[in-house]
Amino acid sequence: MSLSLRLDINGEPRIVEIDDPRITLLDLLRERLALTGAKKGCDRGQCGACTVLVDGRRINSCLTLAVSLDGAEITTIEGLAGDGGVGGERLHPVQAAFIRHDGFQCGFCTPGQIMSAVGLLAEGHAGADPERVRELMSGNLCRCGAYRGITEAVLDAIAAEAGAAREDAA
Amino acid sequence: MPLDSPAPIAPYPRHGSNSGQPLTRRDGELKVTGRATYAADNHPADLLYAVTAVSSIARGRVTALDVAAAKAHPGVVEVFTPANRPPLAHDPDVKLGMFGFRIEVLQDDGVRYVNQPIALVVAETLEAAVEGAALLNQQYEAQPARTGLDDGERYAPAAVGVGAPAHTAYGDLDAGFAAADQIVETDITTPAQFHNAMEPHSVVAQWDGDDHLTLDMGNQALVMSRDAYAVYFGIPAQNVLIRSPFLGGGFGSKAILNGPQILAILAARQLKRPVKLALSRAQMYGPVGHRGRTWQRLRLGLDGEGRITALHHQSTAATSSFEDFLEPAASASLHAYASPAILAETQGLRLDTGTPGPMRAPGEASGSAALEVAIDAAADACGMDPLEFRLLNYAETEPGTGRPYSSKALRECYSEGAKRFGWAGRPLQPRQMRDENGMLVGWGMGTALFPCPHFPAEARATLRADGTALVETAGVDMGQGAWTALAQIAAEALGLDPEQVEFRSGVSDLPDAGVAGGSGHTASAGLALHNAGEDAIARLAELAGADPASPLFGAGNIGVVARAGRLHRRDDEGRSESYADILARTGKSMVVGTGRMARDDAAAQAWAMYSNGAVFAEVKVDPDLGVVRVTRLVGAFAAGRIINPRLVRSQYYGGMIWGLSFALHEAAQTDRRTGRIMNADLSEYRVPVNADVPSVEAILVPEEDRYVNPLGIKGVGEIGVTGTVGAIANAVRHATGVRVSRFPIRIEDLL
Amino acid sequence: MNRFDYIRPASAAEAFAEAARPGSAYLAAGTNLLDLMKGGAARPDRLVDISRLPGLDRIETLADGGVRIGALVRNADLAYDAGIQRRFPAVSEALLSGASPQLRNAATLGGNLLQRTRCPYFYDVASACNRRTPGSGCDALHGENRLHAVLGWSEHCIATHPSDLCVPLVGLDAVVELEGPGGAREVQLEALHCLPGATPERETVLAPGELIVAVRLPPQGAGLAAHSRYLKVRERTSFAFAVVSAFAGLELDGGTIRTARVALGGVAARPWRARTAEAALEGAPASPDSFARAAEIALADAHPSGENGFKIALARRLIVRALKDALAGTPEAPAALPASPFAPHPGADHAA
Repeated sequence: MSLSLRLDINGEPRIVEIDDPRITLLDLLRERLALTGAKKGCDRGQCGACTVLVDGRRINSCLTLAVSLDGAEITTIEGLAGDGGVGGERLHPVQAAFIRHDGFQCGFCTPGQIMSAVGLLAEGHAGADPERVRELMSGNLCRCGAYRGITEAVLDAIAAEAGAAREDAA
Repeated sequence: MPLDSPAPIAPYPRHGSNSGQPLTRRDGELKVTGRATYAADNHPADLLYAVTAVSSIARGRVTALDVAAAKAHPGVVEVFTPANRPPLAHDPDVKLGMFGFRIEVLQDDGVRYVNQPIALVVAETLEAAVEGAALLNQQYEAQPARTGLDDGERYAPAAVGVGAPAHTAYGDLDAGFAAADQIVETDITTPAQFHNAMEPHSVVAQWDGDDHLTLDMGNQALVMSRDAYAVYFGIPAQNVLIRSPFLGGGFGSKAILNGPQILAILAARQLKRPVKLALSRAQMYGPVGHRGRTWQRLRLGLDGEGRITALHHQSTAATSSFEDFLEPAASASLHAYASPAILAETQGLRLDTGTPGPMRAPGEASGSAALEVAIDAAADACGMDPLEFRLLNYAETEPGTGRPYSSKALRECYSEGAKRFGWAGRPLQPRQMRDENGMLVGWGMGTALFPCPHFPAEARATLRADGTALVETAGVDMGQGAWTALAQIAAEALGLDPEQVEFRSGVSDLPDAGVAGGSGHTASAGLALHNAGEDAIARLAELAGADPASPLFGAGNIGVVARAGRLHRRDDEGRSESYADILARTGKSMVVGTGRMARDDAAAQAWAMYSNGAVFAEVKVDPDLGVVRVTRLVGAFAAGRIINPRLVRSQYYGGMIWGLSFALHEAAQTDRRTGRIMNADLSEYRVPVNADVPSVEAILVPEEDRYVNPLGIKGVGEIGVTGTVGAIANAVRHATGVRVSRFPIRIEDLL
Repeated sequence: MNRFDYIRPASAAEAFAEAARPGSAYLAAGTNLLDLMKGGAARPDRLVDISRLPGLDRIETLADGGVRIGALVRNADLAYDAGIQRRFPAVSEALLSGASPQLRNAATLGGNLLQRTRCPYFYDVASACNRRTPGSGCDALHGENRLHAVLGWSEHCIATHPSDLCVPLVGLDAVVELEGPGGAREVQLEALHCLPGATPERETVLAPGELIVAVRLPPQGAGLAAHSRYLKVRERTSFAFAVVSAFAGLELDGGTIRTARVALGGVAARPWRARTAEAALEGAPASPDSFARAAEIALADAHPSGENGFKIALARRLIVRALKDALAGTPEAPAALPASPFAPHPGADHAA
């Protein structure tokens, strides 16, 4: 069996051939498309390390069959930073905030945390409330215990976005 | 200070101000962009996938495996079972070295625990390998599982932890109890806990011929592991290369060899193709260690003023049926509080489980949990404030040995933590505080303590023609920030900005940096790097001093100071020359310095060395529903010289969150009939989520330690777990009046 | 995971035909099904992907004031729907207290209703489970069962239904619209899930190939909007299944209860409507005594199925708390910690 999927991955339209309907989005990215930023921590939707955006929404890529995604737009951690010219990379504000607030230790959950935070910002339900941020980041486990820095980083990114929005309005 | 104690080490030389700076992580950008590569991210050409099939019984033997069914599944290449497992050069039932355990690698059809590997399926795709393993349809001859105190075999162990005595006595315990006005007994049980690093144990194994092996794997002890793999596979150590640039957490579970990884390496050799194996989350509950269960009893004798007259800490610690690692919980009572008599003793219990191993603060965590609850109960019995009680029983010298402390700013930790927390005015009686929503509020505290082990370590520092440096050591960054802190130490020794220092680490062909464990990596590898840097500077100074054209000519005896990439004459700092100029003129492309971890052994023996701290916890408990939330955690820690406060705070936060998890969340649920772990996942084996941690603070209490090592560095990675567990349990007691006797604390305990 | 055929039917009729064949399973988001397949607890031969069937992803207000929610509406979209938040706030709170944001973004309404129990013995293919393998036994009965059922269980099965959403839905008289090879029909949500009895493998009343297409909330439920609450006791602050959860909704006539709705989650193989408690409340004064009496009645038939006796006392207390909260008034804004007893409760009247 061979299935042909049209996917937009990090802004690039691709035709992806798969020969097995069992392949999850996570395993497609990691084992077949060399996009290893999304991590496999539990493979059961219990840890959030595999979080990516599908059509702009954060989801667990480990619990999504690739074959069901024909036509979808997928954003992974690799697609988040802008091009900063030769040799440079412009970090997404959430990425920069994670560094600034030490929102990670081992870094394994970090791509998932960051994609989740980007999804959270887009959803717009947290406001500037730390408790809401904590609640809405609770789908991403961090065994190192970097939660304080994660929360601060997300709040920082929310504030920056709100500031930018005010500037745009002015 | 005792008269015969060694003289203090001269204050460390300061070449710059790198150390102490809260630099962000050097690997930060790699980690936030997904470009940091962990073991399973590697994908060499022609890769095969390996998956273990694991036992579902705890004891017995495998009687049948449907290898044909697995092999018939499209994509399956080979199935390894005890019948065809390629040979190893070392008997896996013989321990190898200090951190070597017996390993289950299909040596026979026996089953010793649930989730033991019983076959390895190798396939062209991950999907095929997983399904192949499921199709083996294994049959067993099962024996009853021994899963608890009632059915396990008890024994007197030779040692606990890694070679520590199982029985330590100081003073006259009977006399101490006889002198007591009251005796307070506390029973605490702690569950089996699993490290559950976010990154499952993974390896990508590649052979070049039959005798050169490259391993991409998360590993906490690169050179030690390299040597062990060499023995298992019968090849020279220099033919094994382990690449471990990033670990997705270790916590002790990635320092010890395990069966599944050895099997994957064997498969790669046999099939002459690279093999990737990543354990599933469920498969991590067995072959890769855990924190063993304990049943602890503490008896404290107390005099009329609240002084401890005797302290007896008994622990029964579970290990596997075939190997010994006993959680050294009772040892926690040897170092914490003053008492004229202390007895710490451990009994072993053999259960049909995987072998336990060191897990973040091994012994200290579970021992401190029980001890701090017992201390709270003792304070209670004396009608004393828990902080007052701890201060009354403050150990001015190490209990038992009487050795002085190399430094001990614990009083400052108590006072600064208490002040920040607002401890003063805490009502003595439980159930006295409520919040605006009617929730019971409780405050509790615990003392944090962790020893300062050092490990042999080596490093190399190369000053390069352009004035920058390369420093190298086979160190491990599993999240503690070694890349950053170690580079800061090296940069300081080299008189360079950290930006000018290329730090190469995480590969086994570099100088041995020892184990990333025991909270000793920064001190040990740091000392080696410091000495390598100083060696390189000394060699550079020699070159300059011998060069008549250099402004430093003849400075030999006077000495030089290295700062900002230049050597300055010590007696006239205006006379200086840049590293690049010195090298250029002398026609050298580089100078290379080497160094090793070294400290004064006499000092190490003469002084008692610990990191110290105090943790204060506020909990809220629903009076009707028994649910608990830790609303505030404040820790104050003193750990000598702090290289990077940003990273150290993160270590403390992480440790305290581990303490929270121990107190309220994590525990393996073992079916007592079968030994099966019924929550072998990350849903029902609960570790805290972000919402469980509304407020965590860490205060870095200044402390200068002139004896612990020439850099004055103690460890910070594990101490946060200690103290916190007890602080939370004691806060729960303060909120509810309920003194728990088991961890984690559960809703039904508080209804 | 076993190999399977993947079918994406072009029409509902095609879907029903494919799904009616033995070994078929419907696939929507797959958040539960894939989890089960990875562990081997489900091994379907054929997945019928209904996620692109047209017309099943809408939330519509009906002429009678009720709401019709398509079966493919995602949990997050339903939870944040302004109309649902205003008129059925407990539905929103229950949804937001379940799973994680990532799962809520994917999981669908129909999938939520049909999710399987989280009993670990059901998931663990090495354990005996009558629900997974009829006649094999129930290893949960004398096993690790502190979170298992206390109502409606049998010696054949002590599993619970894990849904949060279903608890307020069953309390709000939700109606499930079904379509299948045999045509269209409706069932009350309360009657959708079967209690185990001697046939725990029969989990719902769905016929082979039958598909949930929508759930209807009758308009009467909106009358409870000013006084309703969903509360959930769990073992960490977020991202955990309920130990016990409770929905309470009240309509008041001065100090007297005109209408009461009480339902429990995490206690039985189906979302548990406590009708006897409701009857005791209706016409009674809205007082702690009435609430305590209702809680007693609601759990009158409860029995521990193992080491879970505490859940009975807990459920009683939770009912009382939920009723008190409901009486105090639905919070103005969705709680920062949905359904948590730790969510500060301002007690402000809900602007319905």
